[in-house]
Amino acid sequence: MAPVAPSRLGLWEAVRVGLRSLAARKLRSVLSALGIAIGIASLVGVLGLSESSKSALLDQISALGTNLLTIEAGTGFGAGDAALPETALKRVGRVATVEAASAVYSIDVGAYRNELVPADRTGGIQVFGTDPGLVRTLNGGVAHGSFLTAATTSYPAAVVGSVAAERLGIRNLDQPVLLYVGGRWIEVQGVLEPFALAADLDRAVLIGDSAAESYYEVDLAPSRLYLRVDQEYLDETRGVLGATVDPENPEEVQISRPSDLLEAQAAAESSFTGLFLGLGAVALIVGGIGIANVMVMGVVERRGEIGLRRAIGATRAHIRRQFLTEALTLAFLGGAAGILLGVAVTYAYSAVQGWRVIVPLAALLGGIAASLAIGAIAGLYPAIRAARVSPTEALRSA
Amino acid sequence: MNRPRENLAAPEPEAPAIELREVTKQYPGSPPVTALDRVSVRITRGEMVAVVGPSGSGKSTMLHVMGTLDNPTSGSVLIEGIDTSVLDDNSLAAIRGRRVGFVFQRFFLLAGVPVIDNVANGLLYAGVARTERREAAEAVLDRVGLGPRMWHRPEQLSGGETQRVAVARALVHDPAFVLADEPTGNLDSEASQSLMDLFASLHGEGRTIVVITHNESIASALPRCLKILDGRLEQDTEALAR
Repeated sequence: MAPVAPSRLGLWEAVRVGLRSLAARKLRSVLSALGIAIGIASLVGVLGLSESSKSALLDQISALGTNLLTIEAGTGFGAGDAALPETALKRVGRVATVEAASAVYSIDVGAYRNELVPADRTGGIQVFGTDPGLVRTLNGGVAHGSFLTAATTSYPAAVVGSVAAERLGIRNLDQPVLLYVGGRWIEVQGVLEPFALAADLDRAVLIGDSAAESYYEVDLAPSRLYLRVDQEYLDETRGVLGATVDPENPEEVQISRPSDLLEAQAAAESSFTGLFLGLGAVALIVGGIGIANVMVMGVVERRGEIGLRRAIGATRAHIRRQFLTEALTLAFLGGAAGILLGVAVTYAYSAVQGWRVIVPLAALLGGIAASLAIGAIAGLYPAIRAARVSPTEALRSA
Repeated sequence: MNRPRENLAAPEPEAPAIELREVTKQYPGSPPVTALDRVSVRITRGEMVAVVGPSGSGKSTMLHVMGTLDNPTSGSVLIEGIDTSVLDDNSLAAIRGRRVGFVFQRFFLLAGVPVIDNVANGLLYAGVARTERREAAEAVLDRVGLGPRMWHRPEQLSGGETQRVAVARALVHDPAFVLADEPTGNLDSEASQSLMDLFASLHGEGRTIVVITHNESIASALPRCLKILDGRLEQDTEALAR
């Protein structure tokens, strides 16, 4: 007679046996997989949403350009309120890598809707003189009317920032709008869209520099310069600008890059992502404990089944493998559901926000890997216990 | 899970089907419980044996030891001449999966799973493809008269039919022995008689059959009867006949 052939159970058979066992306890299986699903969904959702929102922010930054610099007078030691030299704009224009430059000059008057408004009710609106190139330098847009041109720069005409327009009650320019600025009537010829990189100009009333000189007492020292610089030579240009603007006191010239702020915002959002990922990981661990709990209960409840399987030829290893496979299958199904949920949430929220949807591949693969790892850890102890169940005891006590 | 071949002893054709030599089984505890006390018995091929005795006398333990589900504390168990004490878990599982068919009082069928798949499960660990398992299950269900019921679920069957499904599962891998632990315990007298007729016909096919029973009339109808009391073999009708 031939030797007795060993027992065997293929991997696929083990998966099928596991699926059948899970299907026999549907509600319990679904509930125990739910924890993993929620954990993975939150991981995928958080990663997807943070990537999508960051990409939206980066898109905005690159659309606005990271090559905008602003130059202000710093407050140097013993310098009091330092001012930029009157010739600052001309000088920076001589730097070869400066593509465009505009200046704003502060005019110390208020802008009012009419002469009856008390002088102290400025509404936080500042009046600046500027040149026609400002909007182009800032990549800004005009909502109504037009910006200052070479023709209007010496006339009593003004362009109003978006916030200033709202505060002054200017909705559109269908009817001519006059403002009472520094004891003189000035016509509004344009309303601007918000500036992303120069938010303080949103609260400004802008007048042509020649007009400002003729009608008001203007300090011709610019309050601020806006520069577009060749992106490739940004750092080099930044290095020479201080001495160019004010050769005597280069250290009192303060140069900044507004897009740094947006990048800081992106970085701040990333740090929140870390926090939410941590919360997702906690959900995942709790989900794993749920699976372990259900599997341990299953070992006790299914002693009869374990005993029977041993009686029809299962080895301890087969029993161990079956329970481990069940835990892995449960965790995998939970993880897959979680990924679908997380991607759906990312799509839905990005669609509402108008973001480009980005679901990082690492989140998907990581989600599957994490759920399988959790399933393996959660299933290991119950599987070892199930394999240790004595078949005779199992058949007697079941 | 392929083990080296040398672990698998070949059955000897001339040896008795099952032989217990001075088998003692103790369960740990204080004091330890002795379920079997120096039991020696020899069952030849093709025999049909009844095992009787009161509850807790050690009948089930003896059946489990005979079927390699349990190892004796001392003494040895020989299945077709193979000493099982030298075999590892894999080889014992192989013997159970290939040579032994178990039938239990409480059926142990998987609820919600069709009868045919419950029976096919008897071959689950034998490395047989799923379609072949089903074919074998179909054949053996016809053999026990449940062919028309094979797509029913166990909970849709009567007690007698359910036990026939369990017998079919025990037979699906064509075992040399059938070990039945009170198979009629949950059945009415008519179903019991019909089940015993089935065992008798399996016996007629040359299979070795050991049946634990409480039922005196069933036991007395079988050719040989072992009486167990307090873990000891009290009476063996074959020995009396000699």
